[in-house]
Amino acid sequence: MQDFFFYLFSALTVLSALLVVVNPNAVNGAMYMILSFIGMAVLFLLLDAFFLAVLQVLVYAGAVMVLFLFIIMLLDVERASKVRPKALSTAAALVGFGLLVVGLGYLFLGGGSVTPAELSAAPEIPMQDGGTNPMEFATASRSFGYGLFTKYMLPFQVTGFLLLIAMMGVIVLSKRLGPSGQEEPTTEAVK
Amino acid sequence: MDWIDILLKVVFAFLMVMVVMTMAGYSVLAERKIASWIQGRVGPNRTALPGLSSIPVLGPMLVKMGIWQPLADGVKFLFKEDPIPGHVKKFYYVLAPMISLAPALITMVVLPFGVYYVDGQAMPLVLANVDIGILFILAVSSLGVYGIVIGGWAANSKYPFYGGIRSSAQMISYELAMGMSILPVLMWANGPAGGLGDLTLYNVVTSQQAVWLVFWMPVPAFVFLVSLFAETNRMPFDAPESETELVGGFHTEYGSFKFGLYFVAEYAHMIIGSAVFTLLFLGGWQLFPTFGILPDWVANPWAGWGWIGSVLSVLVFIGKLLFFIVFFIWVRWTLPRFRYDQIMNLGWKYLVPIALACIFIYALIIAGWDLMVAVENTPAEVVQPDGQVVTQQEDLITH
Amino acid sequence: MAKVVERKPLSFLEKTYIPQIVGGLTITLKNVFRPKVTLQYPEERPPIPQGYRGIPALVKDPHGREKCVSCQLCEFVCPPKAIRITPGEIAEGSENEHVEKAPEDFEINMLRCIYCGLCQEVCPEEAIFLQGDFNSLVGTTREEFVNHKDKLYELGGTRPDEHYKWDKKKEAAEQAAAGGHH
Repeated sequence: MQDFFFYLFSALTVLSALLVVVNPNAVNGAMYMILSFIGMAVLFLLLDAFFLAVLQVLVYAGAVMVLFLFIIMLLDVERASKVRPKALSTAAALVGFGLLVVGLGYLFLGGGSVTPAELSAAPEIPMQDGGTNPMEFATASRSFGYGLFTKYMLPFQVTGFLLLIAMMGVIVLSKRLGPSGQEEPTTEAVK
Repeated sequence: MDWIDILLKVVFAFLMVMVVMTMAGYSVLAERKIASWIQGRVGPNRTALPGLSSIPVLGPMLVKMGIWQPLADGVKFLFKEDPIPGHVKKFYYVLAPMISLAPALITMVVLPFGVYYVDGQAMPLVLANVDIGILFILAVSSLGVYGIVIGGWAANSKYPFYGGIRSSAQMISYELAMGMSILPVLMWANGPAGGLGDLTLYNVVTSQQAVWLVFWMPVPAFVFLVSLFAETNRMPFDAPESETELVGGFHTEYGSFKFGLYFVAEYAHMIIGSAVFTLLFLGGWQLFPTFGILPDWVANPWAGWGWIGSVLSVLVFIGKLLFFIVFFIWVRWTLPRFRYDQIMNLGWKYLVPIALACIFIYALIIAGWDLMVAVENTPAEVVQPDGQVVTQQEDLITH
Repeated sequence: MAKVVERKPLSFLEKTYIPQIVGGLTITLKNVFRPKVTLQYPEERPPIPQGYRGIPALVKDPHGREKCVSCQLCEFVCPPKAIRITPGEIAEGSENEHVEKAPEDFEINMLRCIYCGLCQEVCPEEAIFLQGDFNSLVGTTREEFVNHKDKLYELGGTRPDEHYKWDKKKEAAEQAAAGGHH
């Protein structure tokens, strides 16, 4: 059962991820991306990582992609998508893809530190006494909380700070758009 | 997992879908009835079923209450011609109403709607009592917006498109306030109220035995309620479909059964939303709060009554839920629609800061409480050599 | 000259709108318990005021004689041309043969009728009336909305007015024939 669902949803995830890239229509691409995210969330579910799965849906499928769709629908992406990519970017993409293939091949086929035989010979993850679920700490949201506020406190805070800076950057950038002196008239000016 | 287990789950899920859809259908009736009462009218009182309506006293009474009207409405939606306009994007046009209804039906999987007792141990009546209940509801119900956005876009004409765009902006804005208004509740349920450190709705409900959170946290409750109105596109916030400006908003190009799906989806979302509010702020299926003075049995007087008690708890829960549906309808026929910029202002400039302030204040209160009262209850923790953080009170985690 | 209306600034409570919303909710709640104004139409009928122009119909006099003599004045005066009369003769030997004419068919197309009442006003015989009542027009074909003679008499019934103009004429003619002083 578990295996069946794994193959089903990983196929769904990979296939829809592929379609995101291949599909020329931007809205179709966004929809496939949502599908891919949901497939990924199900894979997390199969790993018993409920919290991650839900966050995946909540943040990516629920919020980020809505914004994406919003932008795609507002701007006329249909026309933009017909523009042929430049030769340089095509070449760059091809080189990047080649590197990725080589890297993955190296990882899976040969040089990786863990071979399948080693993996199966590895000792089991120590369980809680009597616990049936070796992934306990990945499932309970409270362990996420403990982790974030103890061991990973500094990275957590730094990430938050980084996001804050990014947000301020966006505000600054969007304010500068357009020639100066053409800012939105204030309410006083309208009156 | 046995096949019989799976089968049972399917049957339960099917039953629950039936119940929610029936409630959605009758919410439509309630909407029409209450609207007409408020406007000095009578509302649907003619639809009769041939056999049942000729029962001496009961039959005419049911007809007068309009009990059969939803049936007639449903049959009408089913048998109407189902046109697909020539200019729409067909695939998405057909898909959108389904996307709009499905999340509402999925979220109810984690909704506890009652309580039963095994050997004196209270257990929630719920399809799946998962650890991340409330997050699951937020996540899945946030997918409902796609139904509206895609529908508005696929209709390929300007008014539905405006509706879809408005809807997506509105949903994102209010989801934020909604999520933040829940945080104090979860902090409270897992802190002073003695919860086990998870996000199940059952945990939140049991933590409200002493005091329903609507009394203790009126401001978050209010923020949540307002966001709920916005998320379900109900009246003061129904800019996505505003009939006067956008014809019908996102469903302008829809007709017959597809429109019916949108229509039912709105009410299904309303029911789920009211259920969540009831669970988070109104003590779920508990009869009365004890306020720390009254004896404990006022909250669950049916604790020892076996299955009758379970049924009663479900009924109390449904009663509270119905009150909220009536409240939704009541507000719809009272308030005029907000202008779109007012909606955005309210969401970003008032509700989000208020919710943030609430988190801050209640966090301070709860931290103070922890320091004063509950230090010895806090599970101690150790960091294992492999980097995992383990609490010493294993019984808390291995539930 | 434009007059500037000074408005009091809103207080904090007013800015939250909450008291106003609560006020609105109480008003609608009160409305729920007010008596309903709905009229359950087919069972209950609204009171029809005097002089109401309802459905046009033909009437008979108290002796059961049809009053219309198919003079076709109503047909000519009817603004939307809703009336069509097929004139006919009264068979010899009938009690009313001296009236000479009666409608063979009398059609009023209710899809055209505008209820102006001109036919009633123009009728020299007081044979057509816009009854002080209405009945719902329901049908699935156009033919159903054309009222024919029998339907019109069924709707009109009998008028209690006792002019008996034609009876008097007949009497007068009979007296003259019997050698009156004319």
